[in-house]
Parts: sequence; C-alpha cells; structure tokens
Amino acid sequence: MMRLLPWAYLIVAFVFIYLPVASLVLFSFQDGGLPVPPFEGPSLRWYADILSDGDVMAALGNSLLVAAGSAALACALGFLAAYGLARHVLPGSALIRGLLIAPLTVSYLIVGLGLLIVIQRTGLGLSLMTAGIGHVVINLPLCFAIIYASMGAQQQNAERAARDLGADEFRVITLVTIPMLAPAIAAAFFLSVTLSWDEFIISFLLTRFDVTLPVEIWSMLRSGLSPRLNAIGSLVFLVSVTAVLILEIFVFRKNRS
Amino acid sequence: MSRPAPRLQGAGFVAPALLWTLAFFVVPFLVMGAMSLATLEGRTLVWGLSLANYTELTEKAYLWRAVMVSMEITLTVTVVSVVLAYPLAWIIAFRVPQRWQRLALLLAILPFWTSYVVRSYAWLLVLAREGVVNQTLMSLGLISEPVTLANTRFATVTGFVHFFVMLLTLTIYANLVQLSPNYRRAAMDLGASAFQTFRHVILPLTLPGIVTGAFLTFVLCIGDYVTPQILGGNTELTVPQVIMVQLGRRADFPLASALAIVLMAIVTLVYILSARWLRLDRI
Repeated sequence: MMRLLPWAYLIVAFVFIYLPVASLVLFSFQDGGLPVPPFEGPSLRWYADILSDGDVMAALGNSLLVAAGSAALACALGFLAAYGLARHVLPGSALIRGLLIAPLTVSYLIVGLGLLIVIQRTGLGLSLMTAGIGHVVINLPLCFAIIYASMGAQQQNAERAARDLGADEFRVITLVTIPMLAPAIAAAFFLSVTLSWDEFIISFLLTRFDVTLPVEIWSMLRSGLSPRLNAIGSLVFLVSVTAVLILEIFVFRKNRS
Repeated sequence: MSRPAPRLQGAGFVAPALLWTLAFFVVPFLVMGAMSLATLEGRTLVWGLSLANYTELTEKAYLWRAVMVSMEITLTVTVVSVVLAYPLAWIIAFRVPQRWQRLALLLAILPFWTSYVVRSYAWLLVLAREGVVNQTLMSLGLISEPVTLANTRFATVTGFVHFFVMLLTLTIYANLVQLSPNYRRAAMDLGASAFQTFRHVILPLTLPGIVTGAFLTFVLCIGDYVTPQILGGNTELTVPQVIMVQLGRRADFPLASALAIVLMAIVTLVYILSARWLRLDRI
C-alpha cells in the first residue's frame, strides 16, 4: 500500500497537469459547435476554419516576426554585454550587471505600463515595433545571464591563442567566441522566442491595429467557448512545445555530453 | 592601426545593452513613478508631487479590497503550490528510476510552455458549467446539477496552482538532486525514521530552494492580469485588474501608476522578508 502511494500521487499529479491541455487539444477536433463533452468527431473543420481566417493568420505572422526579431536583438545585445563584462575590467561592473538583470524582477504588466506612458508622452504610435521593444526589454536580462554564465576561462584561452596568431577583435569574436558559445546563444535565442511568442500583456498594451496572436486570441475569447479557440490554442501550444523540444534535444543534450 | 584602450573597448561592448535598458526600462520606470505623483483634473494631467493617488488607496474601499484580494489569492496559491509540488518533485527525484527522471521532469513541466492566455482558456473548458468536470461528475451520478466552478476565486486559484506546481516542481527537483545521498544515509544509520530524516535533514537543506520557488510564485502571481480576468469573473478584482480598468475606461494613468508602485512595494517587502533564505543566483 505505502509502496503504491507515490505512484498514485504521480498519476493524479499528471492528470491534473494534463487535464486542461488534453481538453484543449481533444475538443479542437470536435465536430459540433461547442468544445465540451460529449466528443463528436474527429473533425478538422475548425483547423480549416482558422487557417482560412485572415485576421488569425496575420496575427500569427506578426507573432513570428516579433518573436524572431526581438529574440535576435536581445541575443545580440546580451552577447555583446556579456563579452564586454567577462573580458574587460570595467568600472562599476557589478552595478551594470545588476541593472541589466533588473527587468527580470519587475512584472510584465509594470514594464508594459511604463513603456506605454512614455510612448504616449512622446507621441510615437503603438505598433508591432513598440511591442517588440517591450519584448527585448524582458528577454535581454535572460539572454545576458545565460550567455554570461557560460563564458569561462576555456574560451578565453582560445581567444588569446587566436589573438597571438594575429586575429583582430572582430575575427576573434566571430571565429572563436561565438562558435564556442553557440549552445548558450541558441538556448538564449529559443527561450526568448518561446517567451515572446507566448507573451500577452505587453503586446496587449503596446500594439494597436496589427496585433500578435495572444492578443487576437484574447479578443476572440469575448465570444466564449468555441472549438476555433481550441484549434488555435492547440497550434500555439504545438509551436511552443516544438521550440522547447529543440532546446532540450539540440542544446541541453549536447551540453551534457 | 592603433587599438582603442581596453577599458573603452569593453565599454563599447556593454553600451548597447545598457542604453537599451536605460531608455526602455529605467526611464519608463522613473516616468511611471513621477506619473503616480501627478493628478488628473477632469481629463487633463497635472504633474506635481501629490500623494493623492496613494491616499485614495485607503479612502476608496474597492482599491483597498483589490489589494486584499490579490494578497489572499497570491498567498493561497503560493502555499497550495508548494505543498502539492514538493511530493511530486520528491517522487521524481527519489522514486522514478534514474534513466526516466529527465523524461518524467520534462513531461511534468511541458504544459508550462503554453501561452498563459491559452492555458487559462483551457481551464475554462475544464471548469465551465457544461465542461469536462461537471459532465464527468454528472455522468458518474455524483451530482445531479452542474456546480459553478468557473468565474470564481476557486477557478483563479486552480489556474494559478496548475502553472506554479510545474514551476516549483522544477526548482525543488533541482534542489533535491543536488543533495548528497550521504546525508540521508547518515541520518538513517543513526537511527532516524524516514519522517525524522525528512523533517530534520532534507527539509532544512531544501528550504532555500523552496523559498526561492515560493518567492518567484509570489512575484509572478501577484502581477498577473490574465488568469483572474479569464477565470475569476468580475465578482472580485485583483490589483492588476484594477490597473487595467484605470487604463481602459478611465485613462487614469496616475492612479494606475500608483497601483503599480504599490505592487512593487509589496514584492520588495516580501523580498526583504525572505531574503535570508533566497538564493536567486541558484535558479
């Protein structure tokens, strides 16, 4: 009895963890108009429905654009800062590190609210660009921390060797440092893509006419439960899971071996 | 070709990220702070050093109520999540065979990566009047009428707990597997029962991990707008919901800013209270 208890707990926990996701995915194949039991189907009609919906597809494209763009910029800025702080002695470097990490400690709502106030004061319009700026703010600390943590003496020796052999700073970075740090940079990039892809509140506050997918889903939610929402939600989940699995398989596996 | 001085060169690498953080995080934050001290007269904004927005918090019942609701929900979620996640992390770390552990952990936190809008909607599916839980209970004959589960505080807490159980399982698991098995063996050899070993050896050693996870839970939970908005209905509002109401209908940016500062003050206070056990660098 006592031996079985842990396994029973494990099963109950997994049911709790997977209940919402399973309901979401199962009823995305519902043939009727409501995503609730009893299940009729399977049918792909709701997937066909959202894939032919111009607004949803535009939002999906916007989300991919914002996620890829903001992740790339956050990685670039994070890498440069990590390189500068790890390889050079700078005055106030502890303070700089603290400042770069600071946005992690503030809720997304507050980051978005601050940016919204400034953008409205300066008279700049809200667009995908402003949402992207917000996403770089929240992803930069993570990118910096991940890349900074993986910069060790091992790469520094290779960099010194390259410099002794006559490589200039640009070559050292592009031919030695970046290839050696590729797993960390990829991890930072995919983590940023996932977070930006799923992010709602900053996009909601900082976009206007062109919106990202979570914001589009939010406005669809007003009409209540619908198998269309299940279909689009399942697709969003599939993309996030794919990014996470890529991270797990290609980055962390490699890291360990 | 002369190289720039190393110090300047280093500064050049750091500058872009630093400027970005200053321009799009520090400056907006300071402006928000100033905004919280401004007032709204009619529809025009008057800058100043007024504490009116903060005193309104104690004067207007619905604002104070929102702070209380947020605190109650967040504390409930934090405690329930830790209590549910610890055994799960424990089982994965010590009962699941070594070679399956990574897979079990990956599976246990996979839905963590669902967008929070989608995740809250998924819980709505489960908890709705005609949803999975009600239909199952009715077909089993346990209830004859659907129970109201959605649009309640229970639904909000359930949605939050689901998310944070996954997060905490990860942080507590990481803590448990770092423990040397020798501590457990030594306690057992000295005659401690399984419970005594847990109570006097494992629990104190994993306390920093628990507190760190609980702190993260608290911070993320108290600042979230989506979960209570989708699952909680409009019977009671949390602070982020009230902030969004100020932004939307009334365009009262000063009051919204003051509420945001209050949220940050609460988080800072909790940070100070738990700093003794926090190991944020170990996440």
